[in-house]
Amino acid sequence: MILENIRLALTGLRANKMRALLTMLGIIIGIASVIAIMTVGNSLTVELNNEFASMGASNIEVLITRKINEEDVSEDGMVYTESYRDRRPTDDDYMTDEMIQAYIEAYEDKIYAIAAYEDVTTTQVKDGQLYANVNISGVNLGQLHSDKIEMLTGRVFSERELNDAAKVCLVSDKFVNNMYAGDTAAAIGQSVHVEISGKSYNYIIVGVYEYKQDSYSFETVSDKDLYTRMLIPIRTAKAITHTNNYSAFSVIGQSDIDVNAFVTETQDFFNKYYERNKDFEVMAYSMSSYLEEMNSMMGTMTLAISVIAGIALLVGGIGVMNIMLVSITERTREIGTRKALGAPNSSIRMQFIVESIVICLIGGIIGMILGILMGYAGVKLIQSTAFEISPQSVLISIGFSMAIGVFFGYYPANKAAKMDPIEALRYE
Amino acid sequence: MEDNRKQIIKMRGIVKRFYIGTPNELTVLKGIDLDVYEGEFVAVVGASGSGKSTLMNIIGSLDRPTEGSYILDDIDISQAKDSELSGIRNQKIGFVFQTYNLIAKTNAIKNIEVPMLYAGMSMRERNKRAEELLALVGMEDRMHHLPEELSGGQKQRVAIARAMANDPAIILADEPTGALDSSTGRMVMDIFHKLHKEQGKTIILITHSPELAEECERIITIKDGEITGQRKGKGVIAQ
Repeated sequence: MILENIRLALTGLRANKMRALLTMLGIIIGIASVIAIMTVGNSLTVELNNEFASMGASNIEVLITRKINEEDVSEDGMVYTESYRDRRPTDDDYMTDEMIQAYIEAYEDKIYAIAAYEDVTTTQVKDGQLYANVNISGVNLGQLHSDKIEMLTGRVFSERELNDAAKVCLVSDKFVNNMYAGDTAAAIGQSVHVEISGKSYNYIIVGVYEYKQDSYSFETVSDKDLYTRMLIPIRTAKAITHTNNYSAFSVIGQSDIDVNAFVTETQDFFNKYYERNKDFEVMAYSMSSYLEEMNSMMGTMTLAISVIAGIALLVGGIGVMNIMLVSITERTREIGTRKALGAPNSSIRMQFIVESIVICLIGGIIGMILGILMGYAGVKLIQSTAFEISPQSVLISIGFSMAIGVFFGYYPANKAAKMDPIEALRYE
Repeated sequence: MEDNRKQIIKMRGIVKRFYIGTPNELTVLKGIDLDVYEGEFVAVVGASGSGKSTLMNIIGSLDRPTEGSYILDDIDISQAKDSELSGIRNQKIGFVFQTYNLIAKTNAIKNIEVPMLYAGMSMRERNKRAEELLALVGMEDRMHHLPEELSGGQKQRVAIARAMANDPAIILADEPTGALDSSTGRMVMDIFHKLHKEQGKTIILITHSPELAEECERIITIKDGEITGQRKGKGVIAQ
């Protein structure tokens, strides 16, 4: 019976192609815009999440920032940071090893690692004809973890080397290619000579790590001229830069902690040390809180635009209802005949509801395909790399168009079902 | 006339009023008694406004009488609910209309299947029966033609085949030749005679044409909502 009704509906649509298309247009536009918006929104969210994840979104960044004192806030409520008494932070304003040690002890169960680094300089290592470009940077073990350094040969720094500011280093496989003809085993134990601000330093290679191209920048230089990181213990680096303390570091939290709460705790912990510092204090933040905020913002925006698109859908539904009413009036005699031939009211109702559903469903499917194409174009237009067809969007378009079919088809169908067969047969 | 044949229609004191309780109240049928037996070919004649259409609607279970009792093939129609009436129409009555009323954009065979569809027959059964019925009215070669591709006489033959679909107790034909020229009208009448003779169908023919009425076995005349005369017809084709 249902199959027969679907066949009937399709015959009716084929007989009236132009009218069917125009009727569907409202549904097509409505569904297409909802799907397109959802696709673009979803793709953006996915891309955003991916980007944040690769940036270490769950890490807590702790850094020194300028204190905003009351006298800095002008009458109009703006903060003028370049005021006359501004001074640059010195080593004394930075966070000390003792503070960090106390912090680690206070929150032992929440901290997985502390990542800190100290950039030294960019230079070239030479050995006769051979050379390699390096960025020399001091790191601790947490930083190695945070930077996802993967060792190919040798080992990372030992605790003792880190504490004693030992003259050891980690180099990349690209470095080994340039200096030791790619023989990583031979590189271990070799001494690397570098000149930093006119002074000579020698570091023993203890490990070789795998160079990974930064996903945010495309290296245009050849492998041979590539700048790779030469990693030394952070204290070794601090000895060169004549600093003892930290202007910033990252906290890698345990996976099960409430990051946002821990951000506040961390900030409060360090600021106890800064109560008496007039100009500086500590700020802690986590990308994850931004991410959440952005995600919810994206969600709200997608929803808001979808609601507007939903209005198009509503208008489309009213169009379907209108055409169903016209169709029923046109087919009054058919309805009368069917009733005379023994169609119960329920069959007549079902016939027209199915017809309305078929119109809406075909419109919905066309709209969905169009919407996905539009979404794809939109994603390409904003040069996003992620293209996510949300599985919900398919379900929503099918479900929504069917619901519209039932909702806006019911009234006309019921009107048809309740027709008096005698009147209907007499209708001219 | 009172014989051993089964009584298909038994009407007693059928009254039909419209606009009940208003100043325009109208009594269209004023106490009709009517008996039709199985296998009869009856003509109902009357001028327009005589109430014959209203009587036809009640015989066809499209409407219920205001007063009186109507037993159709042992079913009490005057007590039936609306939802039951559609089933009764489907199983007991085969309608043939003046304007054919074939369903547009639906081919001949599918049109004939409509009553069987509402009777819940399977597609294979429907198809088989529809083909047989098309052969019966000599339309087997027009099976897949749409109504708009058929002539008036061909449409009416398809409509007669459709009326036979569920093997009804009576065929109720309302001016079946009214829209046809005399030769095609003759052909349609011949089919009714054939169904009557060969299949023993009970047929009620509503007409205003005295010649066609003469062909039936019995002629019932209606005037002003009352049966004013009943007489035997020739029961054969006047030639």
